[in-house]
Amino acid sequence: MDLFDIVTQQIANSLILGSFYALVALGYSMVYGIIKLLNFAHGDIYMVGAFIGFTALSLLVGFLGDGWLGISASLILSMIATGFLGVGIQRLAYRPLLSAPRLSILITAMGVSLLLFNTVMAATIGEYKAFETGLGFEGLDFGNIHISYTQIVLVLATALLMVALTLFINKTIYGKAMRAISIDMDACRLMGIDVNKVIALTFFVGSALAAAAGVMAGVYYGSIHFFMGFIIGLKAFTAAVFGGIGIIPGAMLGGLLLGTLESFGTQLSWIGTEWKDVFSFGLLILILVFKPNGLMGRTEIERM
Amino acid sequence: MAANDGSGAAVARRTGLAGVEDRLAAFFDDRRHRYAVFAALILAGLLVPRVGSNYTLEILTNSFLYIVLCLGLNIIVGYAGLLDLGFAAFFAVGAYSTGILTSTFGWNFWLAIPPALLFTVIVRVIIGAPTLRLRSDYLAIVTLGAGEMIRIIARNMKDLTGGASGLIGIQRPSLFGLELNQISHYYYIFLALAVLAVFASDRLEHSRLGRAWKYVRDDEDAAEAMGIDRVAVKLSAYIIGALFAGLAGCFYAAKMTAISPETFQFMQSIMILVAVVLGGMGKIAGMVVGAMAMVLFPEVFREIGSMRMLVFGLILIVMMIFRPQGIWPDRRH
Repeated sequence: MDLFDIVTQQIANSLILGSFYALVALGYSMVYGIIKLLNFAHGDIYMVGAFIGFTALSLLVGFLGDGWLGISASLILSMIATGFLGVGIQRLAYRPLLSAPRLSILITAMGVSLLLFNTVMAATIGEYKAFETGLGFEGLDFGNIHISYTQIVLVLATALLMVALTLFINKTIYGKAMRAISIDMDACRLMGIDVNKVIALTFFVGSALAAAAGVMAGVYYGSIHFFMGFIIGLKAFTAAVFGGIGIIPGAMLGGLLLGTLESFGTQLSWIGTEWKDVFSFGLLILILVFKPNGLMGRTEIERM
Repeated sequence: MAANDGSGAAVARRTGLAGVEDRLAAFFDDRRHRYAVFAALILAGLLVPRVGSNYTLEILTNSFLYIVLCLGLNIIVGYAGLLDLGFAAFFAVGAYSTGILTSTFGWNFWLAIPPALLFTVIVRVIIGAPTLRLRSDYLAIVTLGAGEMIRIIARNMKDLTGGASGLIGIQRPSLFGLELNQISHYYYIFLALAVLAVFASDRLEHSRLGRAWKYVRDDEDAAEAMGIDRVAVKLSAYIIGALFAGLAGCFYAAKMTAISPETFQFMQSIMILVAVVLGGMGKIAGMVVGAMAMVLFPEVFREIGSMRMLVFGLILIVMMIFRPQGIWPDRRH
């Protein structure tokens, strides 16, 4: 393999990694944008989504097979179920605290995270689950570079979800309500917008996207486990902040950029894979210190 | 301040559990009552090794360790209002510095404490200084990331720290020729540390610096307008809080004689923070209660095994919804 091959292969890998980061980052960003909550449990929602998809696939495999048809069906089922889980969590744990100090709601989010994490750990006895699909390794070959059809489909599916989300936010009345609430919640209440309903909808969409990422990660890596959400939660938050938290295209850009930086950063021989997480966290700290509003964020002027 | 100024007593008298709480608070508002109860607790603590089993001593020693850690984090989160999700990192730096200096370089334990504390402060400033201008939730993530970085560095620098399997064979210190190798020795040491931490916290809370911390926490802009250097004030809270953890880490390394990166993982930071929030942020007595609760909880619920953390998550959520101020909150706040 020469340098060109390595670079091309890494671009393919980073697109996949970046897609997962971006999908999870979107949920962070949407929730933060609307109620200024750093939803600590979001990584665990992604993990639960993967497990719901896994369960759905093992139930559906007799009817639809373990190819793309079965996978798509379980992906959609998981998105819906996890979306409702997100709404339930918001309703029970976060809504009573909307006007409480920010620290209380953050601690609650940690409690939710512990709850989800440990429930899945108890249910799976802490074991890895093999996410078995009928997808092979066939794909397109360009010289030494191999890109599997699975990779292509996953990246396309992510792109599709992002386009759908962008249209939803920009073209529908609900999207407009979300954007309005993120600017001024009280004014929205006065204008007759059902704020609680829109917040619930935001949690639904964010959780569904995380579930999609979770199922796709299961399909791609071939195994899932109860602690898969922790690190990606942190990375996705990094991505959301990188792009500018609360800004939808920013989360997409941030996710893809972080995936790229990580793929290439760990190729450098002096960094190595065991330093991968240090690299990402270090990057996060640098971004926050030097550009806290992110790449696409506007500089806010604080008024007293 | 006049003793028993009766804050809360003059308002309409509440009944039931809230009434009991009011009367308790009025009782503890009197400084003499506070000191009497504290002295009685210390005395009781000194007598425990005469009657308690090794198991009891071990658990109480852990509680004292947690009290020191909680009081340290309380300075950062409770007094200065800076959310820190990577606090275990400073505990780790204290423990690893002591461990490396005594086992690899053969230093005397007591001589290793000052450099260990110095390292803790250096790491704290490196992590803390650039983040001081951040918003609170960004701060949470940065401290979380930094805490994880410290743990991963401890795991990856195998030559110095023993890698994932950790550092073993840390020397037992000796005091006046007596080698400290019994659990009762460490019981007394950690009791002394806890008492020291309570006293230090109490003095700090009512000092000029302590008032500045709370002012910055309550209204940063107003504090700055009054001439408080908010960066210096926040940094001092960071450093002093980290010193508590670093000191606890030094003695922890001596007590355990073996430390590994997993002791200092993210969950440890969360546990300390949860103890602080459950106890009641900004209140010394709350820290003692929170730390004891945190250590006793897994012991009491030993039968349910791995479900403990699940129950724990639930308690956290319910607590935040119905009593967000904690078990023993700071009522003046």
